[in-house]
Amino acid sequence: MDFWFILGVILKMSFILGVALLLYAPVFVLFERRQSAMFQDRLGPYMGGVKMPPFVIENIPLLQMGGYASAAGAGATALLALVMCFLGESEEPGLWLLPISWGTLLILAALGAPAQAVGAMVLPHLFYHDRLTLFGGLHALFDAVKAFTKEDIIPPKADKFLFGIAPIIAMIPAFALGAVLPFGPDLHLDYLFDQLPNEGVIDGPMTHLQVASLNVGILYMFAVGGTGVIAAAIAGYSSDNKFALLGGIRAASQMVSYEVTLGLSLVGCFMLYDTLRLEEMVVWQAENTFLGFLPAWGIFYQPLAFVLFFFASIAEYKRVPFDAPEGESEIVAGYFLEYSSGKWLMFMIAEFLEVAISSMLIAVIFFGGWDVPGLGRSGWEAFGYHFDLTGTNWEFLSDVANSHLFVTVVSIVAFLGKALLLGILSLQVRWTLPRFRYDQIMQLCWKLFLPLSLLNVFVTGILILLFQ
Amino acid sequence: MATYKIKKPARTFGDQAYLPAIAKGLAQTFGRLYTNLLGPEDQKKTATVRYPDETREYPERFRGVHRLTHRADGSPRCVACLCCSTACPAQCIYIEPAEYEEGDAQHGYERYPKVFVIDELRCIFCGYCVEACPCDAIRMDTGVHVPASHQREHFIFDKETLLSIPGRDGTYVTANPRHEPGDASHPGIDRAKGH
Repeated sequence: MDFWFILGVILKMSFILGVALLLYAPVFVLFERRQSAMFQDRLGPYMGGVKMPPFVIENIPLLQMGGYASAAGAGATALLALVMCFLGESEEPGLWLLPISWGTLLILAALGAPAQAVGAMVLPHLFYHDRLTLFGGLHALFDAVKAFTKEDIIPPKADKFLFGIAPIIAMIPAFALGAVLPFGPDLHLDYLFDQLPNEGVIDGPMTHLQVASLNVGILYMFAVGGTGVIAAAIAGYSSDNKFALLGGIRAASQMVSYEVTLGLSLVGCFMLYDTLRLEEMVVWQAENTFLGFLPAWGIFYQPLAFVLFFFASIAEYKRVPFDAPEGESEIVAGYFLEYSSGKWLMFMIAEFLEVAISSMLIAVIFFGGWDVPGLGRSGWEAFGYHFDLTGTNWEFLSDVANSHLFVTVVSIVAFLGKALLLGILSLQVRWTLPRFRYDQIMQLCWKLFLPLSLLNVFVTGILILLFQ
Repeated sequence: MATYKIKKPARTFGDQAYLPAIAKGLAQTFGRLYTNLLGPEDQKKTATVRYPDETREYPERFRGVHRLTHRADGSPRCVACLCCSTACPAQCIYIEPAEYEEGDAQHGYERYPKVFVIDELRCIFCGYCVEACPCDAIRMDTGVHVPASHQREHFIFDKETLLSIPGRDGTYVTANPRHEPGDASHPGIDRAKGH
C-alpha cells in the first residue's frame, strides 16, 4: 500500500462518484423533467434561476457577437494553417512569435473554432428573461435545496433508529457499485504522449481505470445491489404506517424475485466472456469482432439477455413500470411515504444514482464499456488499415490521434456517453409505460423472465460448445 | 332478453410479446419530445406558457379591472348618476356627486363625481356597473386583472387610479362619441321647451 496506489484509488473514486453525482444525477433529473413535460405538451419546471444584474443581460448579444468573431478568427487561423500544411511548411510560423508549428496550430484552431461557435450559440439559452437558468439546471438545484431545508418530520410512533438509517442504507448500493466499474483502458503513465503497440506487455507504472479490480466483479455487484432491499423493507417497517408497510413488503418480494432473473440473465455473458471481471469483459468485447465487421458487443451475442437484464434492472431498482412498491394511486408513496426533507431527498438521489450505475453496468456488459469500434491501444484502425500519416505533411495529425492519452480520453468519453444514452432510454421507458399490476409483475418475473433466462443459458452453452 | 356476445379484442403475438408495443410507445414519446423540443416552431404543441414572464391574452370579453373613460379634456365621462353603485350587488362602489361651479357650461346640466372609489377586493366582477352606466363612463375592457398586493389599501382604487387605467387598445376614451351641449351633433337642449 504505497502512497501512489492510495492516491490513485482516491482519484478514481472521486472520478466515478463525481461523474455519477455531478454529471449523471443532474442531467438525468433535468432531462427527466423536461422530457416528461415535453411529450405531455408542457414546458416543465425549468425557469428557476439567479437574477442577474441588468448590464449582464444587456450585454449578452455583445458577448455572443464576440464569441462568433473569435470563432471566425480561429477558423481563419485553421484555414491558414491548413494551407501552410499543404505547402509543407511544418516549421514554426514566425507569426505572433509563437513557438508552435503549423500543425499544432491547425489542431488547436480547428478544435477551438467550433467550440467557440457552439459556445456563442448556446450562451443566450443559459439565460431566461433576467435570470441565469442554465437550461433549467438551477431549477433542479433549487428544488434540492428546498427539499433539504424543509421540516424533517418523524412519525411519533416510528422506530427512530431504523427510520433514520433506512435512507442511508438506500444510498450504500448506489455509491458502492461504482467501485468495480471499469471506465477506461489501462493507463500507462510513462507513455502518455507516445503511440503504444497493439500487443504485448508494456513495462513501467500502469494503472487500471477502475477503483477495485475484483476477481468476483459482477458477483460483488449483485451482492451489494441486493442490499437495496433492506433499505426499502426497513423504511416501510419502521414508518408506523400501513401503506408504508405494504410498500416495504411489495419492494422486498419484488426485489428478491427479480434478483434471480438479474443474475441468471447474465450467466450466458459469463460463459461467453469466460470471466467475472468486468474489465476483462470489456477487453474481450474490444478484441473480438462479430460476423467479421461488427464490434463484439454483448448485445449482438446476447440480445435476449440484454432485454431481460434491462427490464430486470428497472424492476430491481423499483422504477416505472415496475414501481408497485411506490404505486401512488394505491398506496400513496409506498415505503418512503412518511419521509420528508433530506431523508426523502436521499431516497430520490439514490434512485437517480442507481439509474446511472445500472446504465454504466449495462454499457460495460452489453455495449463494450469503453470500447470504441476502430480504436485500439495503438490508435485508430479499421479494416486492417492503420491511421498513420508518417512521412507526409500531416504526420502531426496521426501523432496526436494515436497518442495514448488521446485514445484513453476518447475511450472514457465513449463509455460515459453510452451510459448516458442508456440512462436516457431508461428514463423514457419510465415516462412512457403504465405501471404493471402487482400480480403481473410477479407473473412476468417467475413465468416469463426466469424460464427465458434459463433458456438463454442453455442455448448459449450449446452454441459455445458447437462453435468452439 | 337478447344477449350480446362482445368479442374480446384479438391479441396478436406481437401484442402479447410486449416488446413491439413498448418500441411503438417509445417511438411515439420520443417523436413528441423531438417535435416539442427541437422541431419547427409552428409544429410545437406545447400548451403551457412561462407564466410570470409570459402571459396569455385574456379573451375579448374578459371582465378585467375597471377603468373610468375620459372626455376629450381628460375629465371623467361619469355624471355621478349613481346607477352603477345602485346596481352593484357587492356594494363596492362609493360615489360622492358634486355640482359644477356657477358659470360652467355643464352647470345645471349634469353633475360630476367628486369621489369615485371602487373596492376591488369586494368587487365580484359581475359587470353590472358597466351594464347600468348610461354614459359609457365605466368599463371593464382593460384586459388585465387586478394586480396582486400584500396590502388591502392597494385594492381601494380611487378616481385618479381608475382614470389612469387605459383600455385594451391603449386609449382612455371610448368609441361612443359624447355630444356636449352646443355641439352640432347634440340633439339640443332648451330649458324653455322644458327639456
